[in-house]
Amino acid sequence: MISGTVAQLVADLRAKRLSSVELTRALLARIDQAQGRFNAFVTVDVEGALAQARAADAALAQGNAPPLAGVPIAHKDVIMTAGLRTTCGSRMLANFTAPYDAHVVTGLKSAGTVLVGKTNMDEFAMGSSSETSFFGPVRNPWNTDYVPGGSSGGSAVSVAARLVPAATGTDTGGSIRQPASLSGVCGLKPTYGVCSRYGLVAFASSLDTPGMFARTAEDCGLLLNAMAGHDARDSTSLDRPREDYTRDLARPLAGLRIGMPNEYFGDGVDADVASAIEAALAQFRKLGATTVPIALPNVKLSVPVYYVIAPAEASSNLSRFDGVRYGHRAAKYTDLLDMYKRSRAEGFGAEVKRRILVGTYVLSHGYYDAYYLKAQQVRRLIADDFVRAFEACDVIMGPTAPSPAFRIGDKADDPVQMYLNDIFTVAGNLTGAPGISIPCGFDRRGLPIGLLIQGDYFAEARLLNVAHRYQQATDWHTRAPAEVTA
Amino acid sequence: MALTLADVHRIAHLARIEIDAAAAAEVHRKLEAIFALINELQAVDTTGIVPMAHAQDVHLPLREDVVTETDQHRLFQSQAPAVQDGLYLVPKVIE
Repeated sequence: MISGTVAQLVADLRAKRLSSVELTRALLARIDQAQGRFNAFVTVDVEGALAQARAADAALAQGNAPPLAGVPIAHKDVIMTAGLRTTCGSRMLANFTAPYDAHVVTGLKSAGTVLVGKTNMDEFAMGSSSETSFFGPVRNPWNTDYVPGGSSGGSAVSVAARLVPAATGTDTGGSIRQPASLSGVCGLKPTYGVCSRYGLVAFASSLDTPGMFARTAEDCGLLLNAMAGHDARDSTSLDRPREDYTRDLARPLAGLRIGMPNEYFGDGVDADVASAIEAALAQFRKLGATTVPIALPNVKLSVPVYYVIAPAEASSNLSRFDGVRYGHRAAKYTDLLDMYKRSRAEGFGAEVKRRILVGTYVLSHGYYDAYYLKAQQVRRLIADDFVRAFEACDVIMGPTAPSPAFRIGDKADDPVQMYLNDIFTVAGNLTGAPGISIPCGFDRRGLPIGLLIQGDYFAEARLLNVAHRYQQATDWHTRAPAEVTA
Repeated sequence: MALTLADVHRIAHLARIEIDAAAAAEVHRKLEAIFALINELQAVDTTGIVPMAHAQDVHLPLREDVVTETDQHRLFQSQAPAVQDGLYLVPKVIE
């Protein structure tokens, strides 16, 4: 039951082999037991979850249940959930109760899911290790001395440790795909604009993308069906015909052209990661795909571009936290300016402050052209690389991250080393195209390795098809951390 | 375009973040490393390249000019640190 996928649980719930209350209680008990070890949750809503589970069971009994009725899920704590605490992993919002639901929350609620709680994360989604939360670091269930990746580490861990079958996340520079890789689960970042950003606490608005974690590609598709769709409340939400993202899962891979960028197979990649990726590519060739070398010459600039654009947008978005309307207000101050400064100094952690300062600098008088405009121009060069690449291939594959998980604390004092973890994922945010990370092996220490599959705009159904066929032929995605299998 | 310690104090003021001398020195050290990374962009020839502001080239949508929001000030102000008579309270700004 606890290792059931979303698809299996839906079937079991409909066949009355299982009730949602029974399932929800079992997972709530697991969450309670695991919290001390993994710190994956910030808030658990026991009563709310059981009430939703009872309602799902009633709908299932009446035969009018929506598609995901009774399936327990968790939301990343940067996603607003009406009436439930939404902290962004920050002291600033430690006591903030969301006044409304995010669009993706409404979608998953309408689909009948049961919300068990909110997952821990890097503060304001700024990080690659889930160490910067005000509520303490999240730990990797494969080895609790290691980070789970970030920023959506709590969601990745909750799925890896079988605390929920699926969870939402947000991806601004790799914050779904990188923790999926480091924690050994699937993580999909859809095309920018496919899922509404309404109700996400904004970090970098031109890059923020809601998505999800699950244990199979099929489950990612089931969740995406509930999360996608036009929303007038987000001006960047795209008005496109509805899709069933699971429609192509079974499509054979014969004739699939896989692009292998030279830039993703260089010296900076850990040897165990490189051999796991080579083995995955060999498996795809067995399934009928061909591999073609491609070049993404500007992708090496994606991290410096990102660290201009994301902090610039963050410095503007986070100016709303002023200690006046919501959030932390300092206890002592002399005047209004002093109140702003002290409230923000106390409410934000070190990494958030650094990014606000970087953003403020690059947008300040005299520096805009040299930094922000320049970064937007290089962003175009990177996007053009992908346009050219997709003329020669259908999907692009490589490692999600250059190395498996690192030890907690190892990179905490070196922001640049931390940023370089996202070297393969950031480009997908700059271009807006979709990507999925799926488990494809383990390193010598038993830590998971992820394969990044990138597609052209709106290629979600194709990406899920490619990932699904691989998962039909391999069993990496079914492996669970040792202490979970008990 | 080297970032100075004085710049750190200036941008901290612009960003409305209190920072003391010791913290500023530490932040300065870390920002120098971050800008060493960012400054790799300066070597790229971007002559004539149209800046990319956004992932999708979409036009800002328009809607009918009608009221769509209801008054929820009580709900929203229930989160505020200090409120009186429907107004947010802040320190006196005019003597």
